[in-house]
Amino acid sequence: MSDLYDVEAVRREFPILARQIGAYPLTYLDSANTSQKPQAVVDAIADHYLSHNANVARAMHVLGAEATAAFEGARTAVADFIGASRSEEVVFTKNASEALNLAAHTLGSRLGPGDEVVVSVMEHHSNIVPWQLACERTGATLRWFDITDEGRLDIEGAVRDGLINSRTKVVSLTWVSNVLGTVNPVAQVAAMAHSVGAVMVVDGSQGVPQLPTDVADLGCDMLAFTGHKICGPTGIGVLWGSYDLLESLPPFLGGGEMIEVVRMTGSTYAPPPYRFEAGTQPIAQAVGLHAAIRYVSALGMDQIAAHEHDLTAYALEGMSHVRGLRILGPTEAVDRGGAISFTLDGVHPHDVMQLLDSRGVAIRGGHHCARPLHDRLGVQSSCRASVYLYTTHDEIDRLVEALDYTGAFFSGRLATTGGVR
Amino acid sequence: MSVEQLYQEIILDHYRVKRNAGLRDPYDVEVHHVNPSCGDELTLRVDVVDGTISDVSYDAQGCSISQASTSVMSDLVIGGSSEHALELFDGFQRMIQGQGKVSLDEETYGDAVAFEGVAQFPARVKCAMLGWSAMRDALLRVQAGVKEES
Repeated sequence: MSDLYDVEAVRREFPILARQIGAYPLTYLDSANTSQKPQAVVDAIADHYLSHNANVARAMHVLGAEATAAFEGARTAVADFIGASRSEEVVFTKNASEALNLAAHTLGSRLGPGDEVVVSVMEHHSNIVPWQLACERTGATLRWFDITDEGRLDIEGAVRDGLINSRTKVVSLTWVSNVLGTVNPVAQVAAMAHSVGAVMVVDGSQGVPQLPTDVADLGCDMLAFTGHKICGPTGIGVLWGSYDLLESLPPFLGGGEMIEVVRMTGSTYAPPPYRFEAGTQPIAQAVGLHAAIRYVSALGMDQIAAHEHDLTAYALEGMSHVRGLRILGPTEAVDRGGAISFTLDGVHPHDVMQLLDSRGVAIRGGHHCARPLHDRLGVQSSCRASVYLYTTHDEIDRLVEALDYTGAFFSGRLATTGGVR
Repeated sequence: MSVEQLYQEIILDHYRVKRNAGLRDPYDVEVHHVNPSCGDELTLRVDVVDGTISDVSYDAQGCSISQASTSVMSDLVIGGSSEHALELFDGFQRMIQGQGKVSLDEETYGDAVAFEGVAQFPARVKCAMLGWSAMRDALLRVQAGVKEES
């Protein structure tokens, strides 16, 4: 796998990775937050703006036709990339959060008191809050999958407690945890959801950039993800939904292009996906996302997944030797993505992050938009290092070295840790 | 600006042994402040007797900068008037937002001078302000006669 995968050649496509941070080379280990962009993506966006820019669908001129073709071409590319049976199943949004809000809002129109929505305690806030809002609006009840001590989805507990039952109308679950790295058995949960007639929504924000995606294999009815974590630009996300489901749902946002006929007495709405795409869309961003999909497809999602798996195993091993370091989530690289969250005894994540940053190592500290999970794990916040297709073994070595330095910096200068929480 | 200059010995001292930590009675007002971006949390009480701050007590979770800053702040304002504490707040905030161009009077600010380095790290300004903002909020509530946090 890694013998064939030329990470140095990959890195040459990402000019930002050559940056120095002070006296140190940049060690970018925050890709679960946002990925860096290859030259091809930046060039595609620039070319669109410089040579083909126009609004889509409504501009009846050459540039309008080119922009429309580019925008719809991106839709087709996304559909092919995730194994969708038709491109009309791909709805463009601003980001994954908007995609999940779209799902929660439209599916929420079917909810009422007594109905249940199931999420998990490992969800990102963007797959919690929209469902909380939908439940508040409709009187439905929000219920939660727990996790096991190892940080995996507690399916056994869910079955024991009858979590998914005849009252369940929606199950919304992350494919890969942005904190624990856990890869969830989405197809198994989808089968549980479908057995009671519930709709299965999957948050693919971390999964789609890291693993080969096929919506049929996932067994879900809706899949949300974002462009900027898969080498694409910010400002574009995707909600895929099976056509029959999308066709049965009401609009989300109202405005231009989502209508069929507007009268003062009321309006009728366009078929999917346009029903859910009000106003001028992120056109250049769709072009950029298309370029990103071309880029990762050329590398091969299998190759990318294998590279990440290799790096994750290497990082887990290296980090296990750092004094006082506790990994949150699976400590073995089995069914595990490339995000590794951890705490360092006696050093607050913000301070870890600062010390690492002083050595050019960029990680994230905080609750990673997953406060309920941190409460469940009994920690206030954590640090997270995350690898991607351009990460090297050397960078993992620099991370481990910087973590050793951080531990020594604080324990050396803080003679006792008694006052530290 | 090196990270060693950020983590001054005085800051690490206050982080290790926090002054006036723990929640105490009596108090006039209790406030709860959070830093949503990093999850730092602070519950802070003030007790004001005849215009003088007789106690500031707190329970905090957070980084060394926010913990130490709260500790230093409590030392500075206890025993002084509310007006003086609010003036100290203004000066500290001007310094911390001053991108390194504003310095503090050491006579007036004592250990708080050590936070001048934080002003060079924009991402940490919120950390240094957490305790100060909570103190200001609490004093304004006392002055307004509001006993409970809304």
